[in-house]
Amino acid sequence: MPFEMSRAAFVVALLAASPAFATDAFVSNEKGNTISVIDVESMMLKTTIPVGQRPRGLAVSSDGKTVYVALGDADQIAAIDTKSLSVSDTFDAGRDPERIETSPDGKTLYVTNEDSNTLTFFNLETKERLGGARLGVEPEGLAVSPDGKTVVATTETTNMAHFVDAERRKILANVLVDARPRMAAFTPDGKEVWVSAEIGGSISIIDAQTRKIVERIRFEVPGLRAENVQPVGINISHDGTLAFVSLGPANRMAVVDVKSRKVLKYLLVGQRVWHAAFTPDDKFLLTANGISNDVSVIDVGALKVVKSIQVGESPWELVIPGPAKP
Amino acid sequence: MTGQMTRWIRGLFGLILLVAPARAEPPAPESDAPAQNIVIGYLRRAENRTAISRLALPAENDGQAGAESGLDDNNVAGEFLGQTFSLVAHRLKPGEDAGAALADLEGRGARFVLADLSAENLLKAADSAAGAKTLLFNIGAADEVLREEFCRANVIHVAPSRAMLADGLTQYLLWKQWRKFLVVVGSHDADRLWAEALKRSATRFGGKIVEERMFADAGGARRADSGVALVQKQIPAFTQNAPAYDVMLAADESAVFGEYLPYRTWDARPVAGSAGLVPTSWDPSYEQAGATQLQQRFERKFSRRMSALDMNGWTAARMIGEAAAHDAAGDIGAARAYFLSKDFALAAFKGQKLTLRDWNLQLRQPILLSDGRNVVSVSPQEGFMHQFSELDTLGLDRPETKCRLK
Repeated sequence: MPFEMSRAAFVVALLAASPAFATDAFVSNEKGNTISVIDVESMMLKTTIPVGQRPRGLAVSSDGKTVYVALGDADQIAAIDTKSLSVSDTFDAGRDPERIETSPDGKTLYVTNEDSNTLTFFNLETKERLGGARLGVEPEGLAVSPDGKTVVATTETTNMAHFVDAERRKILANVLVDARPRMAAFTPDGKEVWVSAEIGGSISIIDAQTRKIVERIRFEVPGLRAENVQPVGINISHDGTLAFVSLGPANRMAVVDVKSRKVLKYLLVGQRVWHAAFTPDDKFLLTANGISNDVSVIDVGALKVVKSIQVGESPWELVIPGPAKP
Repeated sequence: MTGQMTRWIRGLFGLILLVAPARAEPPAPESDAPAQNIVIGYLRRAENRTAISRLALPAENDGQAGAESGLDDNNVAGEFLGQTFSLVAHRLKPGEDAGAALADLEGRGARFVLADLSAENLLKAADSAAGAKTLLFNIGAADEVLREEFCRANVIHVAPSRAMLADGLTQYLLWKQWRKFLVVVGSHDADRLWAEALKRSATRFGGKIVEERMFADAGGARRADSGVALVQKQIPAFTQNAPAYDVMLAADESAVFGEYLPYRTWDARPVAGSAGLVPTSWDPSYEQAGATQLQQRFERKFSRRMSALDMNGWTAARMIGEAAAHDAAGDIGAARAYFLSKDFALAAFKGQKLTLRDWNLQLRQPILLSDGRNVVSVSPQEGFMHQFSELDTLGLDRPETKCRLK
């Protein structure tokens, strides 16, 4: 952990030294087949990169120089050079890659293949497929522990969070969660895994050590039916204090105090909010809103939505190169 | 049983092939507990369903293929939980007693039985000696009486009822501000029941039936060459001199005339109900809420498209899989209690959880409206409010029910 923190601090320092590279947010537009690039300093759309069929999952290389894009209908991963803002490489990724994450050492790319029940491991240097772990039906959510030893993948129809040994590519445990789990996220201290259940309407908090559910968070948005409150994206601040949970068709982000596990506030964002990303300094959170085709900017300190930025068609995920996402 | 096993193994083999060349690691065994095998029965009607368009003729394995697809999904989860699911099937012979058929499945180990039966046969099965030992999942009968006067504590209704389908359709038509309906009803009992549901729905939501006409089944050939020429003359004549209306509602469950109405009506009006815009629990064109995944899995395995009956079969099989995953498939009482509990929330690609109405064991579900090529809309429509669940704006609600579960 101390190593992780110092590495993160180092990256922040590095980013501060080269602001042009530090301040772009990359948004995958699922139906637009493009990546929208937002300048995070000015919060303005900078450019749009055509990228291939059905871009969804995004991940950043450990050096911040590359953003990887999962192209679901092309069965490929595209690599975008964050400096030239163009596609520098593509490689085969198995059938229907949905979400992707990189290992903390930057060597491995993890891919959930929604259509073949597999978590696939790629060597990022050689683009070679290392192997796979067979999971439940429709793998989607993906999280890597801060120490890089464990990968957690969720399966939408089997309703499980699968804990996978990152080195041996073997399943360590399967935890049954609520219906249609979409996303998993480790707390920055690596002690908890949060798993969202879109149809179950909950977040299951799993103890990363015992791999048992320790608590379930449910959301009650005043004036909204329970069935319209569908947790999908989870973003935990780098300092580990706040979790932002996107509630899909409720058009809101729930702000959760990580320690007390209490919902502090609901923030109205654009329509059908999927995933989100913090700026490296945790000052802002940007959300991808799938139906209103925009990105909402949340001032994290004030817990207020301060801006919305029009992007491509059906924005799905966001990454902002910087310290590794928890 | 053996056929099932080989199919299952073949499926598994296919799965391994898919991820070739580098082979995926098999899941780690979860525990030393002995594997639990859950046998699911599939009981189907003797008669073939019919259709006017040859595109709508059901496949030989209509419904059962959906159940098998649900079993496949259950078996993937089962690998992690030490559970296996297998299917035993029985097709009624003409005149065969449904209770005896159910006893056959029960004798082969099935405690959970998916039933694609007529209302009459479903009740016979439910009230038989074997029925007392099984939990039935009605996937093929839309009859209201099964959920109302003749509801049974051992019958869960996965298929939407006629009232639910009618309400799903009518909500959309009223959202479109189409309020005046001309009803054309066939001469068979099922047609009359469907017309009743459509008329009830129109009245309930503030639409108006301007006239009702009956299209008598004269026993004409549905798809004969000469039939087409005849129909072209017959339908305009049959539909002329109607009071002003917005939509023609076809009540033709027997597939005698409904699909002949579009483009042949005297007045240029859209058709809905049994043709045109059709309310249903599934459509092969539907791709919202992740449905594409299921459509593709099904099409890969069965080399055909997934029908509404298939989806009802998949949904019932998945309900049983969920009960098993929650340690509630050991006996039918535990399963039933689980389905009625707050813990039960089925994800079935409908954009919200499906739950069970505790007053009559009907699965709450959105209704898709299909034009045959695309899903035009999904009901309930915005603005149709309910104090408990908007899904309960579809079909008969708790205060109206005549069901008394024992």
